[in-house]
Amino acid sequence: MSELKPTRDGFGEALVELGRKNPNVVVLSADLTSSTRANYFMEAFPERFFRMGVAEQDMVGTAAGFALMGKISFACTFGVFATGKTWEQLRVSVCQMKLNVKIAGSHGGITVGPDGATHQALEEISLMRPLSNMTVIVPADYLEAKKATIAACSFPGPVYLRLGKDPSPNVTKEEDLFEIGKASVLKGGKDLTLIACGIMVAEALKVSEALEKEGIGVRVLNLHTIKPIDKKAIIDAARQTGAILTAEEHTVIGGLGSAVAEVVVKNYPVPMEMVGIEDMFGRSGKSQELMRVYNLTHENLVKRVKQLLDRKRTPSY
Amino acid sequence: MRTRPDISFLKKEAIKIRRDILTMLEAAGSGHPGGSLSYVELLIGLYYYRLRHDPKNPFLKNRDRFILSKGHGCPALYAVLANQGYFPREELLTLRKLDSRLQGHPDKAHLPILEATTGSLGQGLSIANGIALASKIDGVDIRVYCLLGDGELDEGQVWEAIMTAAHYKLDNVCAIVDYNKFQIDGSVKDVKNLEPLVKKWEAFNWHTIEIDGHDFKEIMDAYDELDSVKAKPTVIIAHTIKGKGVSFMENNVNWHGVAPKKEHLEKALKELEEQDNKIKKSD
Repeated sequence: MSELKPTRDGFGEALVELGRKNPNVVVLSADLTSSTRANYFMEAFPERFFRMGVAEQDMVGTAAGFALMGKISFACTFGVFATGKTWEQLRVSVCQMKLNVKIAGSHGGITVGPDGATHQALEEISLMRPLSNMTVIVPADYLEAKKATIAACSFPGPVYLRLGKDPSPNVTKEEDLFEIGKASVLKGGKDLTLIACGIMVAEALKVSEALEKEGIGVRVLNLHTIKPIDKKAIIDAARQTGAILTAEEHTVIGGLGSAVAEVVVKNYPVPMEMVGIEDMFGRSGKSQELMRVYNLTHENLVKRVKQLLDRKRTPSY
Repeated sequence: MRTRPDISFLKKEAIKIRRDILTMLEAAGSGHPGGSLSYVELLIGLYYYRLRHDPKNPFLKNRDRFILSKGHGCPALYAVLANQGYFPREELLTLRKLDSRLQGHPDKAHLPILEATTGSLGQGLSIANGIALASKIDGVDIRVYCLLGDGELDEGQVWEAIMTAAHYKLDNVCAIVDYNKFQIDGSVKDVKNLEPLVKKWEAFNWHTIEIDGHDFKEIMDAYDELDSVKAKPTVIIAHTIKGKGVSFMENNVNWHGVAPKKEHLEKALKELEEQDNKIKKSD
């Protein structure tokens, strides 16, 4: 884990690379151009960059119009607005036509910090998952965000990219391959699998390292693509480790944990629990304070792993 | 210059389209007659006169685009497309039925020759702007026409899109408002007054044209006027009559979303036949 970098930086840099390679890439922004790092593209390709003002619904519709003309449009704003204000525009104008519109929602999660509840997006996965034709990706780090953005560009149809504001550690390597829909095992383990996305992957790795010293083997699965979900990786985890704990910086209602549970229940039921935001809004505070208050730290994950292992060992449970 | 079709021919076509609309809706057993009948002349003016399009080559790159933002009015669009040769007229009777390409609201996934999926009000003009912007950066000379309902103008997204088109000086965008004065809950004036509507669009930096939306000469004049408007989008505010052509449906909001039954259809077709005969006599 070298220097800390936010996933939004990876997105912004990838956009410029895409702009260079593909003349059909256009970028639209709903006023938060620097915050989403869409400004990198704006500076490099001003003729293919469109300011839409504080008008997210119109941005999504315009992006759909571009896509109907053969463009690949990236629409950028904060996650709350990108999924909440525009949900029905995404449903009808984008997903029903399976258009090449890529939504970049930055400032996902509680680590938005001091801005408080209105700006802390905790529901994007739950909102995007039920949209037919929508792909949902939550990159784990800067490097993965870059690769995910490049992969999203050539992936047919709408894609939602959940990006973070705060700098976070790199948990993947430059040379790692990224494939949409294919989860990666970052650490082996036979006692339990921790399935995480976004910044929670780094927390999961810390858990695995800490418990290794106690002789507990925790497999860490980076489930960067929530939809289409990697069923095989999840079923393998259930079968081979017998217990699954999910971790997301997102509501536990309808998010990564729910998506994993849908696979587990239907295919290979094992004891399973979810860590995430428990049916509540965020609030102001420093990111690290909020991670602690909302029980998202690796210390809390360690506790939850141990509880789940107890449950696993109690056959009558 | 485009050659203007004979107006009596267009009037006869309008009657044919209205017959098709009512016949389709009766067969479907549900749908929206009022707002389908109100914009027939505006649509005929586009497909029979104004649009650059080719039914034999529906995906022509430099075709003009038409987006029906008020998607519930699709029976009129389906009827015009069929009569223009985009698909067989017999298919019109499949409207709203299982496995039909003619979905209850326009659905491009089922009928790819449509320019966009619409039906949730307020979304069409943004799409039109995106198409227009893309054509500008690609240097493709096309126009995008977007037909909106008056009730639809309650939607905030429409006004966002109105600002976008003006900001980007999209003189290849033409919005057409089917101002038939009614929405489901009653008269537009009572539900949420739009007036002064022309002034609103003017204040948003659009070129405005106000016409009688059933008068073919005024319609074609308005479409011709587009050629002389530069660096501004144009809106045609067309005063229309909801349920136009069928006496018992005209200005009657109860026919917004109820299909005619057999007896209504017979009565309506008879009225339209009488109107058709009058055209023969007078022209």
